[in-house]
Amino acid sequence: MNEMVDLAIIGAGPAGMSAACAARACRLSVVLLDEQPSPGGQIYRGIAEARDDRLAAILGKDYAAGEEIYRRFVACGANYRPATTVWRIGPDGLSWISAGRSGELAARRVLVATGAMERPFPSKGWTLPGVMTAGAGQILLKASRLVADGAVFVGCGPLLYLVAHQYLNAGVTVRAILDTAPRENLLPASALLPGALRQPHYIVKGLRMIAALRRSGVRMHRNVRAVSFSGQDRLEAVHWRDRSGEYALECAEAFVHQGVIPNLNMTMSTGCRHAWDEQQLCWRPDLDALGRSSLQWLLVAGDGGGIGGARSAALSGAISALAAAHDLGRLDFTAFERESAPLIAARRRDMAVRPFLDRLYRPAQGFRIPEDEETVICRCEEVTCGDVARAVGEGCPGPNQLKSFTRAGMGPCQGRLCGHTVTETMALLSGRTPQEVGYYRIRTPIKPVTVGDIAGRIENAEQGAQHEQAAAD
Amino acid sequence: MFRPLDDKGGKAVAIEIEGRSQIVPAASNLAAALLSAGFSPFRTTPAGAAPRQPYCMMGVCFDCLVEIDGLPNRQACLETVREGMHVRRQQGAAAIGEKGKAR
Ligand code: FES
Repeated sequence: MNEMVDLAIIGAGPAGMSAACAARACRLSVVLLDEQPSPGGQIYRGIAEARDDRLAAILGKDYAAGEEIYRRFVACGANYRPATTVWRIGPDGLSWISAGRSGELAARRVLVATGAMERPFPSKGWTLPGVMTAGAGQILLKASRLVADGAVFVGCGPLLYLVAHQYLNAGVTVRAILDTAPRENLLPASALLPGALRQPHYIVKGLRMIAALRRSGVRMHRNVRAVSFSGQDRLEAVHWRDRSGEYALECAEAFVHQGVIPNLNMTMSTGCRHAWDEQQLCWRPDLDALGRSSLQWLLVAGDGGGIGGARSAALSGAISALAAAHDLGRLDFTAFERESAPLIAARRRDMAVRPFLDRLYRPAQGFRIPEDEETVICRCEEVTCGDVARAVGEGCPGPNQLKSFTRAGMGPCQGRLCGHTVTETMALLSGRTPQEVGYYRIRTPIKPVTVGDIAGRIENAEQGAQHEQAAAD
Repeated sequence: MFRPLDDKGGKAVAIEIEGRSQIVPAASNLAAALLSAGFSPFRTTPAGAAPRQPYCMMGVCFDCLVEIDGLPNRQACLETVREGMHVRRQQGAAAIGEKGKAR
């Protein structure tokens, strides 16, 4: 018989790990599946591996905070399945593949904690080898101890400055930082500063980091616009404009960043309600304060439900786990109230800094909606901004129809790297709101699987999933 | 080009990249190992044969697709190296759902 688990959690970042701990404390049976070989998610990636003092010093205190969550997680008694890709979720549970094996897991509730990804950086030449996200650069440092000398950092947002800072701490040369944070953001952002100062440590930390970058003497340009990348078979130079003129700088690596957005495909594939978030300029699932979606069986915690950062993610994971336990009748209302209230209050406090940060680092329109016709929007199928404009001109009404007009969103990434650009570009071109334009309809499988894997699922279903290993052993 | 932060020594394994043997740190991330070996590009696109390398390192962009032991469409950034692993550049299309061979 296919064993039924109370809670299936997808993602082993701060939200998923904390959710597992809280659910286990309520005696729910928990399986946590994660794509990575070890826990931590992206923010605490490699947290399980031993670090010497040098790497620990480079990565800093906030990263070390992940160790406590990680230690609680490994001791909590959840069934943890690393290196496992979930390619389907539904009311009955989910389907997974891992190292050539595949299977099904039946679950009463599914908690998606798949975190954030970096906002697309659609610009000329951004597909060239050598252009990668700042997050990618940081992952290579955290998990693989790899660095690139003389890289250029382009964009804006806390992560960009953090990675540059970590590079400088590591003694790696940084060619330049091209800061694209629009000067126009300062005024509206400063109106939000009082609220943000309820969590002063974020502001203090950010200011310290920026001051350290200035002091380091690294070349810095501000109010950078019109960024493009050039090269034959790989990146050779980055180009930009600012008030004083046009510039170019040779480099072999560029780390780009325009903030982060929810990693959407899994929640989108369920058909649960999503909404366009005007503050964060992204799609996110419509959730109640406890992370419950519009579907009874589905909860979402952490950045995948809207960007809040690692601390808020850990809190929201625990809150959602308590909600699931309560909904399943395993935690009475009084206990639920008593345990969740302080977490909800702490999360509200932690989120106080968000409106300010979101406004200060809101990417300028030109970095979200390309101005140049030739800019590739869909990396997989190499669909350009001009292609999208032509389709809209021919009456293409939305992202789903755009697929047949241009093939945008039909490659292996399934719209992850073009979905937001397509929504905003089509909205601008057709004079509608992003909400009215909508997003791609995301279908299962949400990760590349072979015909054999899907056949395996059908076979499993037919045989009552006989050979599926004990799901919650 | 990516280089190790410092020389940590440690265990190593041999993998094969485009038929050439390469020594890489044991249990390292495959995309990281390929980047520090100077492997470029990882794949070319089906539409315009454009060269690609890892962009996100976290499983969302699919620009790191390579062929591993004859299976196409493997995300190198989600793989861990194994002794004797055969890695090949992925040229053009290898449709999702196809097993064993590139289109
Ligand atoms: S580098 Fe983006 S999916 Fe592997």
